[in-house]
Amino acid sequence: MKAHDRDRTPRSLVGGSPLSAHTIGFDGRELPAQEGQSIAAVLWSAGILAWRTTREGGAPRGAFCGIGSCYDCLVTVNGRPNQRACLVPARPGDTVTTQEGTGHADLAV
Amino acid sequence: MPTSPSEPDASGPADLADLAVVGAGPAGLAAAVTAAGLGLRVTLLDAGEQPGGQFYRHPAPGLGAARPEALHHAWPEFATREAALRAHVSAGRITYLTAHHVWTVVPDGGHWVLHAVAGPEERAAAVHARALLIATGAYERQLPFPGWTLPGVVGAGGAQAMLKAGLVLPGKRVVVAGSGPLLLAVAGSLAAAGATVPAVVEAAAYIAYAARTPVLLRNPGKLAEAAAYGAALARHRIRLLTRHAVTEAHGTDRVEAVTVARLDRDWRPLPGTARRIPCDALAVGHGLVPQLELATGLGCATRRSPDGTVALELDAGMRTSVPGVWSAGETGGIGGAGLALAEGEIAAHSIAGRPAPAGLVRRRARLRAFADAMGAAHRPGPGWTGWLRDDAVVCRCEEVPAGRIREAAGELGARDARTVKLLTRAGMGWCQGRMCGPAVAALAGEAPAPDRRPLSCPVPLRLLAELPPDAH
Repeated sequence: MKAHDRDRTPRSLVGGSPLSAHTIGFDGRELPAQEGQSIAAVLWSAGILAWRTTREGGAPRGAFCGIGSCYDCLVTVNGRPNQRACLVPARPGDTVTTQEGTGHADLAV
Repeated sequence: MPTSPSEPDASGPADLADLAVVGAGPAGLAAAVTAAGLGLRVTLLDAGEQPGGQFYRHPAPGLGAARPEALHHAWPEFATREAALRAHVSAGRITYLTAHHVWTVVPDGGHWVLHAVAGPEERAAAVHARALLIATGAYERQLPFPGWTLPGVVGAGGAQAMLKAGLVLPGKRVVVAGSGPLLLAVAGSLAAAGATVPAVVEAAAYIAYAARTPVLLRNPGKLAEAAAYGAALARHRIRLLTRHAVTEAHGTDRVEAVTVARLDRDWRPLPGTARRIPCDALAVGHGLVPQLELATGLGCATRRSPDGTVALELDAGMRTSVPGVWSAGETGGIGGAGLALAEGEIAAHSIAGRPAPAGLVRRRARLRAFADAMGAAHRPGPGWTGWLRDDAVVCRCEEVPAGRIREAAGELGARDARTVKLLTRAGMGWCQGRMCGPAVAALAGEAPAPDRRPLSCPVPLRLLAELPPDAH
């Protein structure tokens, strides 16, 4: 008799445990992160699906293709805008902020 | 004395490899270790941090997964080649460059120069090689619908990639939709990882396979795989709706429900058949599209595949139409990891000037026939644009709605995606038309054209400025 789906998690499927846990900052919150996760994975595990607004409509966006092809998951990491959250590993102490539009508001163009 | 890897001295490249392989997925990995085993000096470049590409994407070592194979089919095929890769790297036969995104390849006096953006600090890197193997794989084909830009709507392959690499789910109740065999794998993975999957919504009719029984019977492995998917759906009580599509996603800040409608043979939604399924995520995709810009940039000839995508024209030795350039895996037509492994090994033999083992050649032919049958069965019908309301976004990057594209293709007379792009900006954004390309082509009334992207990824201007003046 298999465990009911409700008792399953991605971790229970693959077993083991992360070598270390840390946190990253997101818009002033501290989010738990496991070594080896991308920034997008850390945000998803906190239930956050959007971390960017579009240039034209200001619509929320997050990860879509998950493999670096669609550029929907662009985010500002440690002050650098337009980083692909699905590819960039989350490192201890990273500060991630929701990216508004181009992420270059400071250029005031 | 060269001052950097990207600056060869006057006598030629400081470090000329026999073979450069772009992509460490199933095809590139198999090719690299086979070529190294045949005595070639190989440089393997990959955009990822770990080998495996998308199919064998797996958690980083830091995540400490005890059973990465739990999320995979045919894991041993990868594990043995990864071990071989490590051995060849230790022995100095393979130079393995991770986090290297090759953005262009140029010919230079009888050999190839591959330019890459390397690492998080976006350094410039250049690799010189006598022969080139392009194993750049594929990305997912998307057919837009109203609401597909809502957070929580993700690619089916995207959900799979995030789960395989990051051990995360987009939601608790995930509808899986689109077309193609990947949907069954994704639904099975999501359910095994604890998500509830209310339905798999498949646009094609699986009955289409019945017409191709001989091809199926020659591929018992694929039949067994299908049976395993079926068993997984039954075990997790997942409903399979064929000839149906998600025609709209609903929600304000994130997806809360989807509308599912029945389709006719041409994939036109049938009036009066719409129903809502509540969910907090949707994983959607319509098969894969070969990623060809490096190859088309070199002038490699293409062909139309039965699935409606453009693929490279390759000979029995996996040679492209450009001398010195080989390709293997999804770039030659979408066919899955097993085919990619076989083609990578065939390419390695060809590059080393050896005949390919007969068993490999037979395997390739068999799997290619199966892939063609699958591709034809899941090829999008022309009626799918029937669910695309004028206000629905088609180009996600530039936020171009269907109505503007229809206007360009109608009143303004655009006949192809390129003209639509010039008139509407659709396909001009960050993703360079990867997400909206098939849809824009359909709205313009043409089959998708071969990929044309001068740069395969964003390249910082300072890297272009650093190039030596004689670089092309």
